[in-house]
Amino acid sequence: MLRFILRRLMLAFVTLAFLLVIVTLIPNIAPGDPARKIAGGTASPERLMQVTESLGLRDSVLTQLQKLATSVFTLDFGDSFSVAAGEPVMSLVWSALGNSAKLVILALIVIVPLSVLGGLVTAYKKDTWIDRTIINVGIAFSAIPDFVAGVFLLAFLAVPVDFFKVQAAAPPGSSPLVQIQHLLLPVIAVLMVYFGYIARVTRAGTITALDSDYARTAFMRGLSIPQVFRKHIARNALQPTVAVLGTQLGYLFGGMVALERVFGYQGVGNLILRAVDRADYPVLRAGVLAVAVIYMLATLSADLLIAYMNPRARQSLGDN
Amino acid sequence: MSGTQEAGAPAPTPNESTEDATSTESEVPAEGKKQIRKEQFRVLYTSPGFIIGVLIVGFWIVASVLPGILTSFNPKEFVEAGPRVRPSSEAWLGTDKNGWDVYTRVIYGARKILTIAPISTAVAIVVGTFLGLIMGYYKGWVDEILSRVIEAILSIPIILMAIVIIFTFGRSTTVIIGTIAVLFVPAITRTIRSAAIAESDLDYVVSAKMRGESGFFIVTREILPNVTGLVVVEGTVRLGYAIFTYTTLAFLGFVGGNITDADWGIDVSQNYEQIARDIWWPSIFPAAAIASLVIGVNLIADSIDKAVNS
Amino acid sequence: MTVTESHTPEPADLAAAPALAVDGLEMSYVVRGTPRKILRGVTFEVRQGEAYGLVGESGCGKSTTAYAALRYLPSNGVIDAGRVLSGGEELTAMSAIELRKFRAERASMVFQDPVQAVNPVLKIGTQVAEAFQVMGQSKAEARVSALAALERVHIAAPESVMERYPHQLSGGMLQRVVIAMGLACDPTLLVLDEPTTGLDATVEAEVLDLVRELRSELNSAILLIAHNLGVIRTMCDRVGVMYAGRIVEEGTVAEVFDNPSHPYTKGLLNSIPRRGLRKTDSELFSIPGAAPPIGASLPNCTFVDRCPIATDLCRTDVPPIVQRSDGHWTRCHHVDRLDEVPEPEKVTVKYDIGTEQVIGVEGVSKTFRQRGRDVPALVGVNLGFAEGETLGLVGESGSGKSTLAKTMLGVHAPDEGGAITLRGRTMADKATSRIEESVRAISMVFQNPDSALNRAWTVRRILHRSVVKLTGVKGAAADRRVEEIAEGMQLSTRHLDMRPRQLSGGLKQRVAIARAFAGDPEVVVCDEPTSALDVSVQAAILNLLARLQNEERSSYLFISHDIGVVRYLADRIAVMYLGRIMEIGATQTMFEGVNHPYTEALLSAVPSVDGVAENRIPLTGSIPSPANPPPGCVFHTRCHRAIAGLCEVTEPELVELSPGHSIKCHLTVEQLNEPIKADVVATLS
Repeated sequence: MLRFILRRLMLAFVTLAFLLVIVTLIPNIAPGDPARKIAGGTASPERLMQVTESLGLRDSVLTQLQKLATSVFTLDFGDSFSVAAGEPVMSLVWSALGNSAKLVILALIVIVPLSVLGGLVTAYKKDTWIDRTIINVGIAFSAIPDFVAGVFLLAFLAVPVDFFKVQAAAPPGSSPLVQIQHLLLPVIAVLMVYFGYIARVTRAGTITALDSDYARTAFMRGLSIPQVFRKHIARNALQPTVAVLGTQLGYLFGGMVALERVFGYQGVGNLILRAVDRADYPVLRAGVLAVAVIYMLATLSADLLIAYMNPRARQSLGDN
Repeated sequence: MSGTQEAGAPAPTPNESTEDATSTESEVPAEGKKQIRKEQFRVLYTSPGFIIGVLIVGFWIVASVLPGILTSFNPKEFVEAGPRVRPSSEAWLGTDKNGWDVYTRVIYGARKILTIAPISTAVAIVVGTFLGLIMGYYKGWVDEILSRVIEAILSIPIILMAIVIIFTFGRSTTVIIGTIAVLFVPAITRTIRSAAIAESDLDYVVSAKMRGESGFFIVTREILPNVTGLVVVEGTVRLGYAIFTYTTLAFLGFVGGNITDADWGIDVSQNYEQIARDIWWPSIFPAAAIASLVIGVNLIADSIDKAVNS
Repeated sequence: MTVTESHTPEPADLAAAPALAVDGLEMSYVVRGTPRKILRGVTFEVRQGEAYGLVGESGCGKSTTAYAALRYLPSNGVIDAGRVLSGGEELTAMSAIELRKFRAERASMVFQDPVQAVNPVLKIGTQVAEAFQVMGQSKAEARVSALAALERVHIAAPESVMERYPHQLSGGMLQRVVIAMGLACDPTLLVLDEPTTGLDATVEAEVLDLVRELRSELNSAILLIAHNLGVIRTMCDRVGVMYAGRIVEEGTVAEVFDNPSHPYTKGLLNSIPRRGLRKTDSELFSIPGAAPPIGASLPNCTFVDRCPIATDLCRTDVPPIVQRSDGHWTRCHHVDRLDEVPEPEKVTVKYDIGTEQVIGVEGVSKTFRQRGRDVPALVGVNLGFAEGETLGLVGESGSGKSTLAKTMLGVHAPDEGGAITLRGRTMADKATSRIEESVRAISMVFQNPDSALNRAWTVRRILHRSVVKLTGVKGAAADRRVEEIAEGMQLSTRHLDMRPRQLSGGLKQRVAIARAFAGDPEVVVCDEPTSALDVSVQAAILNLLARLQNEERSSYLFISHDIGVVRYLADRIAVMYLGRIMEIGATQTMFEGVNHPYTEALLSAVPSVDGVAENRIPLTGSIPSPANPPPGCVFHTRCHRAIAGLCEVTEPELVELSPGHSIKCHLTVEQLNEPIKADVVATLS
């Protein structure tokens, strides 16, 4: 088990190192002078020099890489240039992460039970009209881009129904309930995107488990349907679901750029978008790496959870 | 699938017995050569999902090739009704803040997306299939390194990675196509790779090795034809995602060109803020267009998937 | 068509109602909206304390019957007519709750693959205990009962097994666990669906011993489904022969197997090598035609299309039930003409074995490196193949049979010092570096044709490629050669343009054999070529292999777990254990004379369809890991004749007992001839 965790961490580390290289290279390989992008077309030569200096772009790429690696370990990426000039990059990132976390957690609380239930029901009612309806509607929705879903929700829920808010961010100092109320529409949009996907994965896993001889053995033993589901199906059938949730969690943190924009929410995606708009390299680098780290942690936790669920996975993951 | 009745009639001598017997899937008689393909196509053509999908996608293809037959206006032409007019007989889907006809803009908006998405998907499929087959068959250190690169790319959400790349290299159409293609390669490679690994474990590959076939022959002639169904499915699924990705990039303002160009994603981004003032039509109709196209493509992808695996 | 007459072979003087009574059962599977008939009126009874076997080829409906016996229907299964009763209660009329209670308290089922039948994520103890909790025991009580249940099925160290997960146990152990769970409720009815298929012969024998032993304790009725006629013969009291969803013959095992009274039963029994039959004596019979697919509409006698003695009457009238002797009946119009059913053809050609060694395996060892450890898969193997000779290779799974095959074919390179030779000349290690002559000299027929044939290619392309690649013939000549080969395999031209999945299992295997012969090989390695096929198809393939060998003068390395088949086809037999040849000799010698203790145990484990009671030597424990072979003689840990102080210290040499017969054992011929101590022998009754 320990061997498995170590190996996973090592792989995650290699991946991270690779991303670090990419992120370092961005301003170096971008056509044009990155300093001018930040300082603007009318900036004086002195100002340009100064910006180039503070970006560290006069150093060799290797030195830049080393500095960035140090930043990762000290969690200090310096100050922001343009997104919020002078503020420490990490404080921007932390606050964005906090906002994203609120949305993601709320979304998970709604999505996971609903889509897992959907998957179980459709698997049990395989090939009936209930199954077809749920799965087809789910798939159709999950094909739609998140911002399109968001715009529809704005038009058909936020405008006619007062309860739903156009802005996802509640006014400062609002109670948690009000905050949740503001987050409802983006959560529904995320639900629309993910329900079909997760339900389908759960359905497939459940059908495999239901078709197995051990499920048959359990039925033959005289267990009732809920008993068989609880004791025998769940832990086997939900392993793919857990794996998918692990990978999607990272995407929820960083991939909701367009949705965050529709609802004016200051999440990680939005932060990176602003950093790109204003060529704020330090914020951009820190933001991208933060998303990657979250992805690594989420997939690692998912793998650990699967290893806990399945002793065979425990062994094989540790082995190779 | 019957026919064994007649086939079994003349009792041959024991020695000549064709023991077609055992398996439940019995032999397809006579000109059965293309029978299975035909069966698959029949499953495809008769599936309602496929028909609806083809109708939707077909409509948008017509719109992108010959927009003139669907509308008499020009996307940047001021119509008589004036700006911000609700859908009416004058302007079927209303007009936007510039006084442009929303219907016309939706029709004209199909062209760019239906050019960029298929091209980038095709590039990604070719590269991804090639890499996947090589990695899955040869394994070894090439596979090990490429797997890490793929893992790294997959660890960042596609949209995020795309805006970073486009920011770095500029917003030209070539960069956009290249970006979408590059970002889709990892997922395709991964799918094809695991299929290639499964194929490599089968005895027909062992048999080819035993008669001294080259690796190139085994990969291109023996394995590739067995994964084409998967490649087609993967291609249509990815096409859906390419449309998804492109419109999102357009919405975020990363597709270059002019913000007045007829492009569904751009139109949504230019107009969605007016929804709060109950001017919903300039953004909802392009959004609906996006939704219909992705759903159409996904319906086709889903039907192909079912047909290939039937 | 409807056969619903309820058939009671015995007068109704039974005190209790039978544990299982299936009465005129008709069932269909609904495929894409159309019902397809699978059972066409099945009627039989299993009385308390009786073991009843169902035999038949795949698709005949025997597994469906087994499931129906517990009213467990697949989601698309429909009962069209008939009833299933247990102890007089009608299962087909029970409510869901009653049915659950029935399954929990009175019936159990054991599935084919024990690995699939246990939940991979739960500890063994939890699962066995659950079977008792269902019966109303508390958690603590259930645990105690579970421990006792595991002891009852002779699992060593049950406490530690309780704490283990399924993947940590061997297949044989798992099947014991499954049986232990099945016995939790002291079932009135125990259904076993191919309980030993996929297990090694030695493990199979142990599991069967266990079931037999438990049967005498339990007095439960057993319904046993098996395609292996030997298993049925040794395990059951009565047997029903199924064909196309109907029982065509029923009686005691001795009656049915020794005096078959239906043309189908006769054909089936003639298609397996019985009573030590050899290829030099007679061909195997293969039933002409093809079994009807599920759902086909059939004439009144379902077998008529394949029956050698059928008349028009068989098409128009439902065959009557004809009593042959007490409790033995058959469903045939022409019982009086059974003698006309053709016997297998006697072999007239002489099998001629050359004297010169064509291919040699010389001092071949193969060591794999796994996780930094050396795993010897082959240790100093020496073999030679003369022209036209068949060498049978037997041994449990993991003994290195397939590694030897793959090393010969150049998929693996042998360790330094070993070599594969072609007429005395050493071949290159890897197929890719072998010269053309060497590559074409050895070819292979795989176990599973689905895996061995490229499903994207037509049969023509598969054969064409091998012809071109191996013989260098091109163009029209190659096309002609392909058609020639196909003809030799009794494949017609229309088969050539099909893809593998359009062909039946037997035809696919023919294509694979055709491919193996495309390059005029010196040696064809056949790795379990018939183990995935039904017996009558197996017969046709074995006949084909024997005929081809005689025509083409090729040698075979014939790997099989089926001793009967090896005995039929092989001229010599080699026995492998942990990568070593333990014994090698002429087939005749191997079955007559003195054997290595391992061979002795292996041979005694085979359930014989001839019902000869033999003393069985149980092999204790499972085959040790090749990564960690025992010191001294590798077999000493399981040997019933091991000499303390010698066998676990020194590894014996392969010594020649008589010309051509060698064994790797310390014991002398006299010692090996001594009768085995009674306590190690399991006696069959």
